[in-house]
Amino acid sequence: MPWVPRGLRDGIVTTRYPRRPDGYGPHYRAAITVTGGPSSPKASAPGGDRQLASLCPTRAITVDGGEVRVDRGRCILCGRCVAERPELFAFDPGIDVAAVERDSLIVPGLAVGADHDPDDDSVERARAELALRVRSLRRSVHIRHVDAGSDGAEEWEIAALGNPVYDVQRLGVFFTASPRHADLLLVTGAGTAGMAGPLRRTWQAMPAPKIVIAAGTDAISGGLAHPSYPTYGGIGTLLPVDVWVPGSPPSPFSLLNGILIGVGMLDPRRQR
Amino acid sequence: MTSLAAVARQVDPDDLAGAVAGATDSGGRFTGLVATARDGGATSLRALIADGASVEIIEALLPAGVDHYRALTPVVPGAFWYEREIHDLFGLVADGHPRLDALVFPLTGDGGDRLRPGRPEAGVRVDPDTSALPGHVYGEGVFTIPYGPVRSGVFETVEYLVETFGEDIPQLRVRPYLKHRGIARRFTGLDPGDGVLLAERAEGTMSAAHAIAFCGAIETLGGVDPPPAAQLLRVVHAELERIAHHLDSMIRHTEGAGQAVAYARLSWHKERLLRLQADLCGHRFARGVVTLGGTTGPPLLAPDEALGALRAIEADLARDLRTLMTTPSFLDRLRTTGIVAPAVAVVHGALGPVGRGSGTGPDVRIERPYGGYRQLGFAPAGPRDAGDALARQWIRAEEVAGSWHLLRQALDELGAHPDGPWRCPAPVADGTGLGWSESPQGELIYLVEVTDGHLAHVKARTASFHNFALFSHAFGGDILTDFVFIEASFGVNLAGVAG
Repeated sequence: MPWVPRGLRDGIVTTRYPRRPDGYGPHYRAAITVTGGPSSPKASAPGGDRQLASLCPTRAITVDGGEVRVDRGRCILCGRCVAERPELFAFDPGIDVAAVERDSLIVPGLAVGADHDPDDDSVERARAELALRVRSLRRSVHIRHVDAGSDGAEEWEIAALGNPVYDVQRLGVFFTASPRHADLLLVTGAGTAGMAGPLRRTWQAMPAPKIVIAAGTDAISGGLAHPSYPTYGGIGTLLPVDVWVPGSPPSPFSLLNGILIGVGMLDPRRQR
Repeated sequence: MTSLAAVARQVDPDDLAGAVAGATDSGGRFTGLVATARDGGATSLRALIADGASVEIIEALLPAGVDHYRALTPVVPGAFWYEREIHDLFGLVADGHPRLDALVFPLTGDGGDRLRPGRPEAGVRVDPDTSALPGHVYGEGVFTIPYGPVRSGVFETVEYLVETFGEDIPQLRVRPYLKHRGIARRFTGLDPGDGVLLAERAEGTMSAAHAIAFCGAIETLGGVDPPPAAQLLRVVHAELERIAHHLDSMIRHTEGAGQAVAYARLSWHKERLLRLQADLCGHRFARGVVTLGGTTGPPLLAPDEALGALRAIEADLARDLRTLMTTPSFLDRLRTTGIVAPAVAVVHGALGPVGRGSGTGPDVRIERPYGGYRQLGFAPAGPRDAGDALARQWIRAEEVAGSWHLLRQALDELGAHPDGPWRCPAPVADGTGLGWSESPQGELIYLVEVTDGHLAHVKARTASFHNFALFSHAFGGDILTDFVFIEASFGVNLAGVAG
């Protein structure tokens, strides 16, 4: 009996996201951004391009013709670049880091040529194709999670989606035991050789239409766990991935953001 | 600067078992067996013996071509899983081992196999061979239920092979190999600074404990003692991590018992703790804080503000735990469930809450105090003798109380060091170093070898791996519906088990 009043004691602690922005978003360092700008003179590093690139333990930084880029799909958010070169790199707070194209995790985006045809944009095409495929999932989605070699933290963050703060059931998002009932496959981990088979069989058991989310930097690129003899360097070579959610691990908000983008409840273009 | 490991005692391979048994008979505690590939196909076997305030290393060198040695397990039962792991990764055969089945990486072929993945010459890709997994069960009416690797719920991957003839579970096999990531070999060749980041991801839910133990090994080698403020800040993150980890175990118990309100309340408290970690350092799992020579910077939240947030969570959690631990429908599911007999726990050298729930189990913060713990006091939890899931739950509750106490002291003292310093120069010296910390699951040990300023060999001996060997011993009179509680009460990180 003591639990009945206890449950009511602290009122509603649940976020209003995505209907309203959540105040916690800006507190969490979700990604790295290049503040020097692609053509900024600051980018011409005094120590040379190679030294700048070697700052990063997962080779997420590239320097090409004076343009500095960060691949958020490789970044493990260790913050070394921010500490060493604060004039070039900064933490990007917020939660909207998920992408539907692997390449769009590379920031700043690749320069667009003058003869660029917006209808030919591959990101636009990926979005349109995904939106068409998931039309029937917009009101409710069932998720099957599979760990393909995580460090364990991703599972904590996914499990947190069920706590009263995020309470994803209010959005029609449910976790399911059987792949037969699942619409969305949420995969964590660097893609171990041992899990390649079970992961593929889980995906095959799911009915169409189905969505695959690579949750976390390890699932996108293998992170710091790769290269290693039993890992594939992400799950992209094992399954067709629809949404990429970077982070080491991604926060519950980033995961929720990725799920909502995956099922078409959020338009990634209208977020910021 | 001589490191601890410089005192390794050398013995013949066939004398290793006897030497380790002798050390444990005279009061030492067997706490790990580490194999390391040496040049030209030789292998070093090092047994770790915790003895009071120090860790002794007994080493045997197997020359190239020798891949048999006398097994430790018959005289030191705690070596059971270690010898299986070493067989998987190095192809060494422990003669006299009761069951040298594949554990962390199944491969066919036995001794003389130089392509085992623990050796660098094995190449960049090695796939497990599941045909090496045993599939036989023996007994009247016994069959196996494979539970996993894709299980119901959000869990880390593992496969349990439950041998049963109905409801009882006379035997259970654990197959963690599915998520083996080859972490030990991944360390080789890294810069020690990058090694900290990999250590944080060896068991991702215990990042602070791993970073502290890894840095401790390198700092011991270099004769570095990080500044007091950094030591205190490390304690703050490690203790927040401990409370979150214990809460996670409790949350899984409440979920299994259908205690919906308790589940919601405790999950909310856990979320608040992870947010407090993030407010202090920018990361919910305290990654990127601990670094060689100290911490990467000051706390992002003033100590008195952190204390305020802490007190609020502490009061709410204490009230909820009091109610939970007097809720009969909850306690009934845990009482007498998953008993690890104290005799078994002592012989195995069980660690952390699993050990302390069964009458044994050291607390490294007291046994071999390190960093900030040298100046902070707290009441250790337990031990308790019941050995059941309830005893482990009580131990966790008591440890949470101890952690609050440590946190208040550490934050109080941090207030006196507003300007640090947070980091001192940390030169990296070549040699072999040992580092440790009390992770939420118990004693964590890093054995680190540095050559030419780079990591040559690193082995994280996790409490998860050491303790989980006891998992199959915890099913004495229990049935399938008890499974969830027994698993939650062990509370291991499976990435740390699989390696």
